[in-house]
Amino acid sequence: MRQRVEVVSSVALPVDETLEIKRCRYIGGDKAARLKRLSIVTGTHGDELEGQYVAFMVGERIKKHPELLNGIVDIYPAANPLGIDSIQRGIPGFDLDMNRVFPGDSHGTMVDIMAGDIIESLNGSDLVLDIHASNIFLREMPQARINENMGEALLPIAEKLNLDFLWVHPNATVLESTLCYSLNIKNIPCVVIEAGVGMRITKEYCVQLTDGIFNIMKDMGIWLGDDVFEGKRHCSITSEGREIVFLNASCSGVFIQSAEHASYLKKNDVIGRIVKPLTGEVIDEVLAPCDGLLFTVREYPVVYEGSLIARMLGGSKK
Amino acid sequence: MRITAYRFSGGGENPEKTMAIVGATRGNEAQQMYNCSQIIARLKTIEKNGLISEGKEIVVIPTVNNFSMNIEKRFWAMDNTDINRMFPGYNLGETTQRIAYSVFEYVKDFKYGIHFTSHYRPGRFIPHVRMMHTGYEDTEMAQDFGLPYVYVRNSKPYDTTTLNYNWQIWETHAFSLYFGATARINEEAGLMADETVLRFMKKQGIIKDAERPLMEGEESRLVRSRDIVSVRTAVSGVLHKSLHVNAEVESGNLLGYILDPYEGSVLQPLYSPVKGRVFFTAYGPYEYEGSMVFRIARE
Repeated sequence: MRQRVEVVSSVALPVDETLEIKRCRYIGGDKAARLKRLSIVTGTHGDELEGQYVAFMVGERIKKHPELLNGIVDIYPAANPLGIDSIQRGIPGFDLDMNRVFPGDSHGTMVDIMAGDIIESLNGSDLVLDIHASNIFLREMPQARINENMGEALLPIAEKLNLDFLWVHPNATVLESTLCYSLNIKNIPCVVIEAGVGMRITKEYCVQLTDGIFNIMKDMGIWLGDDVFEGKRHCSITSEGREIVFLNASCSGVFIQSAEHASYLKKNDVIGRIVKPLTGEVIDEVLAPCDGLLFTVREYPVVYEGSLIARMLGGSKK
Repeated sequence: MRITAYRFSGGGENPEKTMAIVGATRGNEAQQMYNCSQIIARLKTIEKNGLISEGKEIVVIPTVNNFSMNIEKRFWAMDNTDINRMFPGYNLGETTQRIAYSVFEYVKDFKYGIHFTSHYRPGRFIPHVRMMHTGYEDTEMAQDFGLPYVYVRNSKPYDTTTLNYNWQIWETHAFSLYFGATARINEEAGLMADETVLRFMKKQGIIKDAERPLMEGEESRLVRSRDIVSVRTAVSGVLHKSLHVNAEVESGNLLGYILDPYEGSVLQPLYSPVKGRVFFTAYGPYEYEGSMVFRIARE
């Protein structure tokens, strides 16, 4: 097994520093054979850190059993290194969301060049996993996000990722600038994974994701080990044919969560309360609008009217 | 948060929703709000003098984001979302979607829409009317503002969520106006803004006249994306500008330099690739490789 760190994009900064986007490549197996290649990209948003631990664990497990690697695994832990280093979701200096600049442009701005370099370096991948961690406001169950136009191609892959939930969502024009969309239209299969919450690492979810990654590696023939599950094995449910219900705050205040995240609720179960610290009042009680799975819940307590409090997977679409 | 709109009318029963003007959608758009304040001040006198045409209604919203202004943030403070990427909005959605929805419900049925906006890249522009190529844009009418340029640019995926784009889809004659400054108020630009808008309103018959004689506008030049040529940096460093917005240039004229930040030596001279006029200059001083630091409107 060989391991090497490669620079996929390098741009000089204005004052005596260089920005480099790196990947770590692990290659194992028969040199003569056409080796399959899995790419794992994370850190596109600087405030999403769950993927950092996943990247570490994948590398650690490969190195523990290098003889079982039969392909190429590329790990990109920080697609937006400046964002991670400066605790900013977007790209510092540009006020831009890195996941809205793909496929990039080699003749464009620094950001366009970096995005273009990332896409270029991913060419030839048999599968790309784009790992996200929600944001600082919402906690997510480990899930895949799949554009409905790609459902047929990507659902069979996502089912093997040991996730709890597969959300097949409608197409939106603005999503055309994402890494995932830009790869899928080039016929490079890419699955977006969302898990956990921003600025934190949820060990349990990271183990779950890492198991899923080794499971898909096994399925692709990249990993020859039999026992890929170090944690609990998860079965995923899909959103297809079921309602996704959004719950937004009816008023501004402080949200105090009652219901357990990732639990099944009955209609009118209390998800939490919005309270007013100044006067000690409960100004709203947030109730489950239907029976279903609470797959997203508010993590950051301060809410404005309209702030997303929760998302539930309900029953069949009417 | 309260959003304040000023309504002016020429009287008559059931006046037509004629002209909606929206100023700042972002917290740092001080110039955009200032432009509206100057228009409001003049419309008060114009209305008082009975100079608004009968049956016409004008609405001016100086800002839809006073909260971000008060805490000195460009975007919505809680989640850093941009209200001008939320149109047409959603009344059951997130906070900024709800704000966009409320604003759009209020302004969507107007015949003409003007949005004073700013560019994501901090810098100075030649005052111009900007329109997205949607198939609905009316470039001939845009000439009535009398600004030096009417710029029609190709739309990008994220444009579909701007106020201008959605106005156009709702069949409003929509125009985005750029007056150079954003976070700092340029009074000269403010004066130009109110003259420009009143001139347009007079040409469309929305007002009979202004309270004082209006300055003549310029004959606008229509430029498209292909006519605006970017000058980008090949290296990162400190920007020094030799020429500024509105300067006439020949192909090969020196525009400025990228300097070494420690030694002040020239890392890259920046030349105009075409004959024309300096349309945009970045503020600098720190510039990354590949940054668009000048834009030239090709002659």
